Amino acid sequence: MTMADDGDIPDGHYNLRLYVAGRTANSMEAIANLRRLCDEHLPGRHTVEIIDLSQDPKRAAQDQIVALPTLVRHLPPPLKRIIGKLADVDKVLFGLEIKKLNP
Amino acid sequence: MTAQNLDHAPAGALPKARTGIAGLDAVTFGGLPAGRPTLICGAAGCGKSLFGATFLVNGATLFDEPGVLMSFEETDRDIAANVASLGYDVAGLVAAKKLAIDYVRVERSEIAESGEYDLEGLFVRLAYAIDEVGAKRVVLDTLEALFAGLDDESLLRSELRRLFAWLKERGVTAVITAERGDGALTRRGLEEYVSDCVILLDNRVADQITTRSLRIVKYRGSAHGTNEYPFLIDSEGISVLPVTTAGLAHDTTLDTVSSGIAGLDAMLGAGGFYRGASVLVTGGSGTGKTIFGAHFAAAASARGERCMLFGLEESPSQIIRNVRSVGVDLAPHVESGVLKLSSARPSLYGLEMHLTLMYRAIESFKPSVVVVDPISAFRGPSTEVHSMLLRMVDLLKAWGITALFTNLTSPGRDDATDHGLSSLMDTWIGLHDLESNGERNRGLFVLKSRGMSHSNQIREYVLTSQGVRLIEPYIGSAGVLTGTARLTQEAQERADHTARRQQVEKRLRKHQVKRDSAERQMAETRAALDAEAAEIQRLADEAEQREQDREADRAALSIARGAAE
Repeated sequence: MTMADDGDIPDGHYNLRLYVAGRTANSMEAIANLRRLCDEHLPGRHTVEIIDLSQDPKRAAQDQIVALPTLVRHLPPPLKRIIGKLADVDKVLFGLEIKKLNP
Repeated sequence: MTAQNLDHAPAGALPKARTGIAGLDAVTFGGLPAGRPTLICGAAGCGKSLFGATFLVNGATLFDEPGVLMSFEETDRDIAANVASLGYDVAGLVAAKKLAIDYVRVERSEIAESGEYDLEGLFVRLAYAIDEVGAKRVVLDTLEALFAGLDDESLLRSELRRLFAWLKERGVTAVITAERGDGALTRRGLEEYVSDCVILLDNRVADQITTRSLRIVKYRGSAHGTNEYPFLIDSEGISVLPVTTAGLAHDTTLDTVSSGIAGLDAMLGAGGFYRGASVLVTGGSGTGKTIFGAHFAAAASARGERCMLFGLEESPSQIIRNVRSVGVDLAPHVESGVLKLSSARPSLYGLEMHLTLMYRAIESFKPSVVVVDPISAFRGPSTEVHSMLLRMVDLLKAWGITALFTNLTSPGRDDATDHGLSSLMDTWIGLHDLESNGERNRGLFVLKSRGMSHSNQIREYVLTSQGVRLIEPYIGSAGVLTGTARLTQEAQERADHTARRQQVEKRLRKHQVKRDSAERQMAETRAALDAEAAEIQRLADEAEQREQDREADRAALSIARGAAE
């Protein structure tokens, strides 16, 4: 994977899935936070799928979901999971490896 | 046993979900609390997961209660392979919608946390699995893996509390397994949340032999056995042995069972052992303990009673060959199926394992007579050996089985049983080596025999080609004589007797000679007298003849003279 030296946005497309259950406060907040983050840091190179497990409970086991909300990065590999309502933008960026920790 | 204990469960008690695990349902008086969570804790390798899996499989196969296994440690494939080794067809149960398995993987390295979250995903999965099979039972194995995967412990705890409440609400009987912690039941204090029933599993190694044990720490709203119960895991799954002193309520009888040795029966006032009694035969090496056992077994088999002989030091064929040499033939009984020989060295398994194997063998064969030869082969910490033997004796008594145990005693301490067993035994027969005059002979005596009078003699016995034979005691001036001393004494007596008889005969002969000679003399005298009488007669006859002749002469002369005149 190539990363820019200044910790800026690397190349590549991001395939993200956000798992929520119903329209709870946490779910709504997570969805909003993710939208904002993608618009800011991944303009034009992200796909986001939002999966409501209360509608499709089978997928919880299939995709190994335990905590909710969970954000899963399918692309680029490796698989990454971020749990929580994605309130801390820096943590999410680090978790998705959009931003690298400063050395 | 299970059924019997279940009968004692008080009416209107807590509804229970049977585990189908032999023994566990007995000590819990019916199973785990139905519709509530139960915590099973123990160190690694205690069999927690297997308990869970067995609970589910038995539920699905025996009690028509489908189940869900949510595993946090093993993948679906591992679980299927692990329980398949116990003969459970997990794949078949899953296909038949009687079992759902969900493997929950929480990999810390790929998880980052950002903001509040909950474990709703777990709830969704569990709810989905429960609905999929209509589950009545749920096993969570091992929930604590969540603590390793997620950071926010306080959130986890509140979510777990919510989870247990939710499980109760769903009315499923849940089993939650947890690792044993230092100084606490579980490493993460899960017992705080699961307060209905807590079962502790333990796995101890003593003298290189492992013993598994189970204890019910708590069972809210129900009576339960409080002891530590040994359990074991083998090819037939888990069995718990609730064999503490199984109670002393067993029935007694006045029926007797022959020891198989006529002389020994005669020494026992009742003419044999009481049926259902436990008999101990102790003796040093080479006193013929095994042969006494074989006699007993052969006699029972000959009566047509089922008999089981556990050989702990010899293989079945060895036992048969050896006792045949003294005229006890077990082979026909084995062939006819009345007698079963079972051999295994106790050092092969732990004591508990051995006890359980014997328990199972007895339960399936249902003998009325059991011989264990010898119990001294059980090695281990003496308290454990004692407790194991105690439970064995109690079990056999509870089942009404007449049992004969042999025990090897060390020389010099014949009256001491190594495991302090004498008080458990109803009849105790001591076999002794009697050493005197440079030889060893075998002596037998009855140390005790509860509930009957018995001989106080030490009786010599010999191992003949017709089996054990008791010899009439020879009590001489120096006490009881045995062996050649007895034979010498008997020979001496015979010699004395012969000498006395010979003396009489001699005098009789002398008398006869005397009588003969006297009679001869008398005959001679009589003959002489007869001869004399005959001579006298002859002389008398002669005299008369002469007189007659003279008369005739005189007449003739007179005639002649007359003519001349």
